[in-house]
Amino acid sequence: MNLIRAIEEGYKREIPHFDIGDTVRVHVRVVEGDKERIQPFEGYVIGRKGSGIRETFMVRKVSYGVGVERIFPVHSPVVEKIEVVRKGDVNRAKLYYLRGKKGKAAKIREKDMFRGK
Amino acid sequence: MTGILGRKIGMTQIFDEDGRAIPVTVVEAGPCKVVQVKTNETDGYEAVQLGFDEVRKQKKVNKPMAGHFKKAGTSPFRFLREFRMSGLNPGDEVTVESFKKGDRITVSGISKGKGFQGVMKRHGYGGGPGSHGSMFNRAPGSIGASAFPSRVWKNKGMPGRTGGRRVTVKNLMVVDVRPEQNLILLRGAVPGHDGAYIELRKDD
Repeated sequence: MNLIRAIEEGYKREIPHFDIGDTVRVHVRVVEGDKERIQPFEGYVIGRKGSGIRETFMVRKVSYGVGVERIFPVHSPVVEKIEVVRKGDVNRAKLYYLRGKKGKAAKIREKDMFRGK
Repeated sequence: MTGILGRKIGMTQIFDEDGRAIPVTVVEAGPCKVVQVKTNETDGYEAVQLGFDEVRKQKKVNKPMAGHFKKAGTSPFRFLREFRMSGLNPGDEVTVESFKKGDRITVSGISKGKGFQGVMKRHGYGGGPGSHGSMFNRAPGSIGASAFPSRVWKNKGMPGRTGGRRVTVKNLMVVDVRPEQNLILLRGAVPGHDGAYIELRKDD
């Protein structure tokens, strides 16, 4: 088991710390024909799953009134970069409840980093 | 042929250059020692016997086996298998370096034991409907005709002990070789549980 972990460690990449509820901009590598470009995908992180190199995270955004969710492997080379845009204040590990909400109800409160417990 | 013995460590995934996740099995392969060389003159065929997984405690080796290892001048091993290889002498070492990235290899081992299983799991029978009062759920059904042949055909699939037999997987691609750790990464699954002994072969 430790050997497996050691092998996975070699393929892991540096990623910034982010939590559920944060707004992130994921820079996705897109290959079109023989050209490659970077496409940003910005939205709320509504879940993280798995561990080690198999870890994935789910990003949800509303694009032209349609909800779009994408699941990215955290350590995949397809993910060029992850930027944390805003920290969110949430009380769940999976934000599936956002799927049924619209407009203001689907907003996540920003985390106040200076507020004490 | 090139062969080596090893132990299945487990599975994980890695990413290739295109960003695709590849399922890989991590195998600890070798270093193996040649324990016996079989020749046409003495045995009627050419092969070498490789040993893997050294036995540290001398008292774990029985006397006949101890003599066998003494003849080769090697330390005792837990896992011995023959390969049709030539040009090796007793005591020679075989390491993962005889395999390289991109090779297509064959792996054999003992599959995971599943215990006594029914025909659906064991032979892939279709079974019956699950509900609507069917009462014919996972049963094998008829096992043959009547007056002819008046018996059940040989090899008719029946329930019984499943798994725990020798399974060979061909055409597994070598994704990576790490000689310093004696590790080899194979694309796809390999028979047996984690820690199981396996044989790796390559035709050349």
